[in-house]
Order: sequence, then structure tokens, then C-alpha cells
Amino acid sequence: MSAALIEIDRIAKSFDGGRSFAVREASLTVPAGTFVALVGASGSGKTTTLKVINRLIEPDRGEVRIEGMPVAKIEAPVLRRRIGYVFQGIGLFPHLRISENIGITPKLLGWPPPEIAERTREVLALVGLPETYLARFPDALSGGERQRVAVARAIAARPRIVLMDEPFGQLDPVIRDAIGSAYRALHEQLGLTTVMVTHDVQEAVLLADQIVVMAGGRVAARGTPHALMASRNDPDVSALMDMPRRQAERVRAVLSDAGNGDG
Amino acid sequence: MDERVAEAVRVLPHYLSQHVLLSACALVLGVLLGLPLAVLAVRYPRLRWPLLTVAALIQTIPGIALLALFYPLLLGLSALVAPLLGKGFPALGFLPSVLALTLYALLPILRNAVAGLSGVNPDVIEAANAVGMTPRQRLLWVEAPLAAPVVMAGIRTAAVWTIGAATLSTVVGQTSLGNYIFSGLQTENWLLVLFGCAAAAVLALVTDQLLGLVEIGATRRNGWTLAAGLAGLAVGTAAALTPLLGSPSGRYVVGAKNFSEQYILAELIAERLEREGATAQLREGLGSAVIFRALASGDIGVYVDYSGTLWTNVMGRRDAPPRAVMLRELSRYLADHDHVEVLGALGFENAYVLAMRRERAKELGVTTIADLAQHAPQLALGSDIEFLSRPEWSALRGAYALDFRSERSYSPTFMYRALAAGDVDVISAFSSDGRIAAQDLLVLADPRHAIPAYDALILVSPRRSADPVLRRALAPLIGAIPVERMREANLMVDRSTDPVVPREAARFLAALVSPEAAGAKPP
Repeated sequence: MSAALIEIDRIAKSFDGGRSFAVREASLTVPAGTFVALVGASGSGKTTTLKVINRLIEPDRGEVRIEGMPVAKIEAPVLRRRIGYVFQGIGLFPHLRISENIGITPKLLGWPPPEIAERTREVLALVGLPETYLARFPDALSGGERQRVAVARAIAARPRIVLMDEPFGQLDPVIRDAIGSAYRALHEQLGLTTVMVTHDVQEAVLLADQIVVMAGGRVAARGTPHALMASRNDPDVSALMDMPRRQAERVRAVLSDAGNGDG
Repeated sequence: MDERVAEAVRVLPHYLSQHVLLSACALVLGVLLGLPLAVLAVRYPRLRWPLLTVAALIQTIPGIALLALFYPLLLGLSALVAPLLGKGFPALGFLPSVLALTLYALLPILRNAVAGLSGVNPDVIEAANAVGMTPRQRLLWVEAPLAAPVVMAGIRTAAVWTIGAATLSTVVGQTSLGNYIFSGLQTENWLLVLFGCAAAAVLALVTDQLLGLVEIGATRRNGWTLAAGLAGLAVGTAAALTPLLGSPSGRYVVGAKNFSEQYILAELIAERLEREGATAQLREGLGSAVIFRALASGDIGVYVDYSGTLWTNVMGRRDAPPRAVMLRELSRYLADHDHVEVLGALGFENAYVLAMRRERAKELGVTTIADLAQHAPQLALGSDIEFLSRPEWSALRGAYALDFRSERSYSPTFMYRALAAGDVDVISAFSSDGRIAAQDLLVLADPRHAIPAYDALILVSPRRSADPVLRRALAPLIGAIPVERMREANLMVDRSTDPVVPREAARFLAALVSPEAAGAKPP
């Protein structure tokens, strides 16, 4: 395994002045090139842990380092331009064309316009959308297409890191599966390091190299999907990681019942 | 075309240009002040409630009171900075009007901008932060364009309000389309009132439509529509303002209070000045207290006031000495205290008198105010707007122990109507008013001399006292207007059938002073 690209070092965060903690003490290292999924129940602290990486949330204690450099020492806008970000709300700028939406971070970085135009076409093709979409406004696109544009926007400025917060949560299951797989392919192709928050364990199992289970503001377990699904150390973790298998068994049972009925 | 309409149209470019200048300045200032305040209110939620509440409170102050309050405020401020700058600034006219209207425009702009900015989808804000925008970039590239339609709607509302409220600035001596309304109201020229209202309404509608075009352009991100709206606004404003470039702003500013005689005399003075080749500009509809301060501070150059008014209001005296003594003391006092010069008396008196319908007086056996006092508890008094708060009234009431059943205030026109209709039994009339003779009213004698003399005097501001043109122009007016002629002139304007505009009545008086003015000059 290569050296840690992102180090989250004993961070804590409270949103109510210390009465309760969203994250109590969480540490996590993400090696370059890995796809890490953060899973856990609502309120387990997974989204807060994600957002301290690009300083959308500032931790009360602890430190985040990227390539050994504390992110607190980098101005937040400068830091964020180097990190791709995709979230459930999508947040395309409704008053800007698709081309302008995708090209926003390169523009903020001061790329020359011809280069921005070329890169915009390139990433639109990478997420599988036709070039005719460049001149459209977001409201002319379907939900799945918009999320593809959001992915294109996140990778336009060639970041090494992409952060995803429930990125496909609002999409219907078929599209969700297709976009998830397509993103995983991009992750490989572009050599990205991805940290994704999801409440869907099945999605985590199918996409991630590493799964981090969070509970009560702490890291409860981490490992490969295979290792975690096999592990029986912690009953809470087991219950969560057993979900995909139990669902698969139920689906199989339904299928075989239907097969018998037909026969 | 009707002569009154022709007169209204003649002064339209002047009124309109002043109105547009005033409204545009107030609106631009309102936007420049309102938008940054809105950004503050959205960034720092603690400021939001106080800012919106103050703006809303300002809105509850009647426009006319807000304008009036700025006058003493600016006067005090001007006196404060005068030692620092070497001179003060004018406290009357444009400045108080533009400040009051700016505050008025603030609420709709602030409220809509706050609503627009805080209504931007939080997901879009998060995306703006996440792609690496600085707060400033987020405001300019994302929040401002997305809030633009709501903000523009606020600016439209503010524009319509401002254009409407600007008509009130006439009261503090700023020329506007309100001049039609206020002088029309005083001289009972309803056509003029309608003309003023219509002009202001058309101006407001056109502005609203052009701003609407800008709003649509901003919402749909349609450059052409946006440009068309902005171009329309720019061209319209420039066109309305051209009269300001053409004529140098009048060198002599002639003041007038808010009744017919004052309008006529101001026109007469202006006519005399123009005859000497000077340009004159009128400031009409000023209140009694405001106008003298305006003269003393040099905001206006010349106007006609009445000795008794100055005696009680400016000098604070309560006695009523003989005419000649009063005039002498008054002239000395005004010169010493305010450096205001009394150029001379016009020759007639316009005193406050109490008047009744002749048959009603006969019925009660009343000929003097002393007789009236016995019947007063059964009678109703009608007065003009300011009489009841003037010292003359307290002097009268004290001297004769007057105690009426009821006291009601009217604009002069309606006061005479109320007397004729029997709504009131006694009115506070003016002795030079043509309607006293026209309605056959009995002027009650004042045996205890409670009311001082009211000689009409030409007053000159300290700045103009050494001005030879002014002296040459106005010298022929001294002692040249007997009360009968003034009554005739007043009646020409105030009569209900076939009234004329004050300018026309002023020509009638001018002909008395120099017969060639009427075109009757012998070859």
C-alpha cells in the first residue's frame, strides 16, 4: 500500500458548544489511489469527518493533513480548488450553462479560456454526456444527467482527491447503479483518491476498496469489504455489514419462489 | 388650448427635470445604501432584525413629516460644520428632499435584497464554497445573479414610491411635479392638481415598465432585454434632465408661502427681475416658519412677509404697537439679528381678522370681537391650517377670553366654503383676501388691538442686500399696491368661476406699477 495521502488525526467537532459531539475522536489515513467509503447510521459523524478534509467544516480539535501538510495552513478556497467535491444536493449553478458549471474551478484557478473549453469537452465525454449539452442550462437536464455534470465539475481541474457526500442518494436505483459503476471506472482511469460517505452498505461494498464503519463519532471498524463482511468482532458492525448479504438472500428466495410458481 | 393648461405645459420641462433629478438621485442612493446593508444583514444575522426594523419604522413616518424633519436637522448640521468649512450648506430644497426620499426608498430595496439573498438555494451556496470561491466571488458570481430578480422587484417598488413621494418635496422648497398639486390645491385649480398627478403617474409607470424590462432581462439572462431596459432608462433620464443644462439655474430665488397672494407676489417679483434681464426661480409652498429661516440662511433671496407675523413669530413679541413704531423696530431687529433687510412695504396690509357672514352677524348683533366673545360658546370657528398654533390666536383668545364651541382647520379655500355653507360661524380671514368682498363678509373690529399690523414687506436675504439689480427691479413696487388692487388680484385667482393662474394676476399688478407691461404703452 502506498503512503498516506490524507491523514485525519484525532479530530473532534461539536456543533452545540461542547454539549454533544458529532465527531468525538476520529482518525483515518487514506492511501493515495484508494476508494474509501464511510458508512454508519445517521449521526455517526461520517459527513463531518468528510467535510473537515476540504475545510467545509473546521474541527474543534485534531488536524487534517494532505501529503503531510496541515490543511488549516492552506487558505480554504485555495485548498478546495484542489479537491473535487460531489454531494447529494448536486448544487449546479442554475444561472450558468453546463460548460460554465464544469469550467468553474479551472476558471477560479486562472486557466486560459481555450484550455478550459477543451477540458470541459473532455470531462463531459468522460462522464458519458454528449457535447450538445455544453450550451444547456441545468434545468434542461434529468436528475441523473445533472449528477454526471456534478462529477464532471468535480474532476475538471484534475484534482488528485475527490470527496463525495451521499453523491447518488437522490437518484433512482437503476441510474444510481450505472453512475456508481461509471464513477468507479473513472476513479481507476484517472488514478483518483476518493472518500465517499454513504448510508447504503451495498453501494459501499460494490464500489470501495476500503470501508470505514463509523458509530457514535468514532471509527468502529475499517477494512476491505470482504474482511468486514467476514468479521464477527463487533455485533453493531456485523449487523450493518450483513445487510447486503441478507438482502441478496431475500432477493434470491423471491426469485426461486417465482420460478417454482411458474413451473 | 385652455390658458391654464398652456401655463401648466409651459413649466412642465422645468418641473419634470427637477422631479426626475430628485427621484433618480434618491433611488441611486437608496440602491447604493440598501444593497450593502442587505449583504451585511445576510452575512451577520444579528444585524438583520435591527436593520429591517429601522427601515420599516422610517416607512411609517408620513412622507411630508420626514421631509419637514430634515429641514431643522440640516439647519443644525449646517451651523455645526459652517465654522469648519467656512460656509454651511443649503438646508432647504434638494438636500433634505433627496435624503428623505433615499430613506424612503431604503425599505423595499433592503427587504427584497435580504429576501433575495437569503432565498438562494443552500445547495448552490455549498457548491460555490466547495468549488473554491471566496466569499466575494460567491456574492458576485452566484448570490447576486440568483437574487437579481427579487432585488429588481424591490428597486421597482422603490422607484414607484420615490416618484410618488417626490411630489411632497415642494413643501421644503424643492421644485417637483408636486408644485402643480400644491399650487393647484391652494388656488382651487383642480385641472392643475390633476395635471400634476397624471404627470407623476405617467413618469412612475414608464420608469416601472423600463425597470421591468431590466428585471426580465436579469431573470432570463437575456442580454438584449437587459440592455434595452437600461438604455431606455438612460435615454429617458437624460431627456428629462436636458432643461437643467439649457437654462442656468435661476440667479434669484424668490420664495412664496402656500397661499394665492404669495404665489402672485412671487410671480410679480420674478416678473420685475426678468424685466431687468435677470433670471428668477420660484420656491413655492413654503411654511411660515421655514421661509424666514430660508431667507436668513440665503437659500432664497427675496420674498414677501407680513410685519405682524415677523413681530410675533421671529421677534417673539406679544404687544401690538402702532404701525410706524413696529416697522421701525422690526427693521432694526431683523438687520441686527439676522442681517435681513426690509426693502420696503408694498402698500397694503394682510392682517389676520375674524370674519362672519353679514346676516349671521346682524342676527347675533355682533360687530366687534368683544361682542363675539359673549356668543362664542355657541359658535364654531374655522381657521387656516396654522392659525390655531400661531401667537396671534393666543393673543386674541387672551384679550377677549374667546372660547368657541369647536375649532376646525381648513385649507383657505375650504375655509371660505365652510363659512358659506354654515359649517362654521366665524373664520380667521386675511384682510387682503378678495373673497371678503366677494362673499360680503363682515370683518369684526378689534377694539383692544390684540392683533398687530400686518404690512406686506419685501425682505431681502443677507447675501442679496447689496445687489443693485434687485434694488432697481423691486424699487417700483414699494408703496405701489393698494389693498383694493391686491384683493382684486387675489380674487382673480381664488374665484370659482373663470379663475386665472397666479402669473396672470401678477401681470395685472405689474401693469399698475409700469403701465407698459400691459402693452398699453403709448407710442
